[in-house]
Amino acid sequence: MSVITENRINIDVKTNDVNERKAVNTNVQKKDRSIIYDTKNLNLWYSQSHALKDINLEILRNEVTAIIGPSGCGKSTYLKTLNRMVELVPGVSTTGSIAYNGNNILSKSIHVEDLRTKVGMVFQKPNPFPKSIYENVAYGPRVHGIKKKAVLDEIVEKSLRGAAIWDEVKDRLNQNAYGLSGGQQQRICIARCLAIEPDVILMDEPTSALDPISTLKVEELIKELKQKYTIIIVTHNMQQAARISDKTVFMLNGEVIEFSETDQLFSNPKDKRTEDYITGRFG
Amino acid sequence: MAINSETNARANNAVNVSELIAQNKKKKSINNYIERLVPTFLFLLASITVLTTAGILYTLVSEAVHFFMEVPIWDFFTGTELKPLSQDPQFGILPLLNGTLFSSLIAILVAGPIGLMSAIYLSEYASDRVRRVLKPMLEVLAGIPTIVYGFFAFTFVTPLIRSIWPGVEATNILSPGLVMGVMIIPMIASLSEDAMTSVPNGIREGSLAMGTTKLETTFKVVIPAAFSGIMASFVLGISRAIGETMIVTIASGSSKNFTFDITESMQTMTAYIVEVSGGEAPAGSTLHYSLYAVALTLFVFTLIMNLLAKYVSRKFREEY
Amino acid sequence: METLETLHENNKMESRVRKNSIWKSIFFLSTLFGLIVLAVLIFRVVFQGISWIDMDFITGRLSTTAENAGIMGAILGTLWVMIVVIPVTLIIGVGTAIYLELYSKKGKVQSMIETNIANLAGVPSIVYGLLGLTVFVRLMDFGNVVLAGGLTLALLVLPILIVSSQEALRAVPGFLAEASYGMGATKWQTIRRIILPAALPSILTGSILSLSRAIGETAPLTVIGIPALLIPFPGGLFDTFTALPMQIYYWTIDSSLVAEYANLAAATIIVLLLILFLLNSVAIFIRNKYQQRY
Repeated sequence: MSVITENRINIDVKTNDVNERKAVNTNVQKKDRSIIYDTKNLNLWYSQSHALKDINLEILRNEVTAIIGPSGCGKSTYLKTLNRMVELVPGVSTTGSIAYNGNNILSKSIHVEDLRTKVGMVFQKPNPFPKSIYENVAYGPRVHGIKKKAVLDEIVEKSLRGAAIWDEVKDRLNQNAYGLSGGQQQRICIARCLAIEPDVILMDEPTSALDPISTLKVEELIKELKQKYTIIIVTHNMQQAARISDKTVFMLNGEVIEFSETDQLFSNPKDKRTEDYITGRFG
Repeated sequence: MAINSETNARANNAVNVSELIAQNKKKKSINNYIERLVPTFLFLLASITVLTTAGILYTLVSEAVHFFMEVPIWDFFTGTELKPLSQDPQFGILPLLNGTLFSSLIAILVAGPIGLMSAIYLSEYASDRVRRVLKPMLEVLAGIPTIVYGFFAFTFVTPLIRSIWPGVEATNILSPGLVMGVMIIPMIASLSEDAMTSVPNGIREGSLAMGTTKLETTFKVVIPAAFSGIMASFVLGISRAIGETMIVTIASGSSKNFTFDITESMQTMTAYIVEVSGGEAPAGSTLHYSLYAVALTLFVFTLIMNLLAKYVSRKFREEY
Repeated sequence: METLETLHENNKMESRVRKNSIWKSIFFLSTLFGLIVLAVLIFRVVFQGISWIDMDFITGRLSTTAENAGIMGAILGTLWVMIVVIPVTLIIGVGTAIYLELYSKKGKVQSMIETNIANLAGVPSIVYGLLGLTVFVRLMDFGNVVLAGGLTLALLVLPILIVSSQEALRAVPGFLAEASYGMGATKWQTIRRIILPAALPSILTGSILSLSRAIGETAPLTVIGIPALLIPFPGGLFDTFTALPMQIYYWTIDSSLVAEYANLAAATIIVLLLILFLLNSVAIFIRNKYQQRY
């Protein structure tokens, strides 16, 4: 636990020798880097099993935070707690707090619908609705009461462009989304998520069901999106975390072992267990 | 406001979606209302099924009570004479129980072996392609309305039997029993097949690998493992036969004989209900109430059979 | 040394294998038995009734003379009853299924309702007839009209539709609902816009199958009291009516008095079976056409 507190202090110290990172950083330097998610003493149980143990994390606005760790370490559970999707599993209970923009989202007075409107999610397996591409993207705006066709048209185009798939689908917006390849489906799902202009995008291993080329495209897209959105991504792929994230969290057995700048975590891990994991000694 | 931001958006070539959504959220109170009302409304719909059961029980019991105030319950269940319309009416249910018993017995003697053997063929022997053709055809058999089977029993099967066995009466319990058996075949076949296909393949392969034939594997391994499922299908088949109405009403006539001769006409509980209610028994008469006493007996019989089937098949689920 | 050949003889393998193939044929013939009876039944009915079917028979009114009898009244009666059965079963059936699958907490109330539905499915149809007679015909004083018959048949087939709708809802993959919740949609929005549309083809298939059960059902109608010879056509929910299976019933039992009635019954059976065949084809078409791939 002490490791984390140390790292929190070091947050602003940047060691950038990767060219690309420099370029990005100059772009977003002026951006607001305040805390968006402040997790304090979070514990979570699935019925009897203790899935998250005393998590303390501060996630900053306009950054890409990657969460890595072996399967079953609680990384997806933690991600799903951030928009309370975890509640869809029966028998979940939590203690502690997660402040989103200062409001405790674990409190009963929060409407999960409001939270999830502000916090979008992209899932492990592409999960478009069995509807047309257009209807998929227009779904979010529609459920939130936007009815005007012209406005919807504009949102759909903007979102599809934002997800870098407009050129591939603009001529077949009325076709079923299930006719697309897996990688295209995943970008449709990202467009669907962008359509309601969330502040945060949670990504739960978004490329794990995709082939290498589609993975590359989605990663390119994530690099684009990080200009405008706060992104928290769970990944089982350490190279991916290293490629796209600013900060990396390493979790093990429901605990946060280490949280620091991505470069630092991979080049100079503080904890022996982190080192073992990233060097492939287990997991 | 919304319109404003729309026109602004057009000008800037960008809609501010999050702002639009935030505005819509403010006026969402109707949606919240719906969200809270829907579960209650659906619960009310779901409770209609409970009301139906309550309605059936209340109807049967409350009217049957009137009957048992006039006819002692002991006489009802031990009486071998049923003469509801005579000057000195007798209300013994045994002739009806007897008719029901015989028709169901004949039906299960037909449907049990044939259904089970069909299940064995479909589950153990048939190739995928053959099964895909045969199964839907068997299901057609289950989809034929019972009135059609009644017509078939009365105008085809009975004359056929009488041409071979002239002693059989024009209305008899044998013919509807046989036809009811045919009607129940698909039910027993499909339930038994389900039970047999859910026997893990490993068990089957273990037996075949020791050099047994398919037949031996089926009888020594698969059927014992699926036994309670097969029993459950038989019990459900009998229950279905007990409750079946039109075939026996048409083909077995309305003689209230207390006999064990299957060539004669017998009346089942269900056929009695059709006869008495169709004859427009005056409300409040013992005859009218007898309808409910018989129906209550029928209801209890089928309920017991269904619960028994459930109990048996639950045991089967615990086996592996 | 035991070779494979001596082993073969010692184990009587020859006869065991022969026994296996003999029984295989017996099992196959058993499977065919039901189908042969079905073929005989259909052949018999068609042979007997087909020559009686013409325009006058379809569009004509009932009559005591076999030559003049028509079944338009019974067709209309069946249609009117379906006008009651369809909305009542769809609303109550699908609503109950949604409640059980998506709203009720797993617990006592849910398992009580589900057990109750399973038991209702096993109640003989004639008992529903008595329920209809007591509640709809007498207590609510509708009389033996379309509405009473329709409601009785609706209650009868409700368990079938509930169970098939539950299966349809259960088959909708959870990730669709998750995606919708993830966008901030509420539960009812998710059900209405995602889950129900995805389950709709299967629900429709199930409802058509339960409808065809209701169309062929006779026993409850005999209890409610359907007039044997009804000349006027039904024109509304509160008209007395007859239905196709009832007409078959009356003509069959009276065929011992007037032999031609058996032919009328056969002709009516052809019409009834055609309607059922048509409905089932529609159900299969919907199932094949709109089956989703995920």
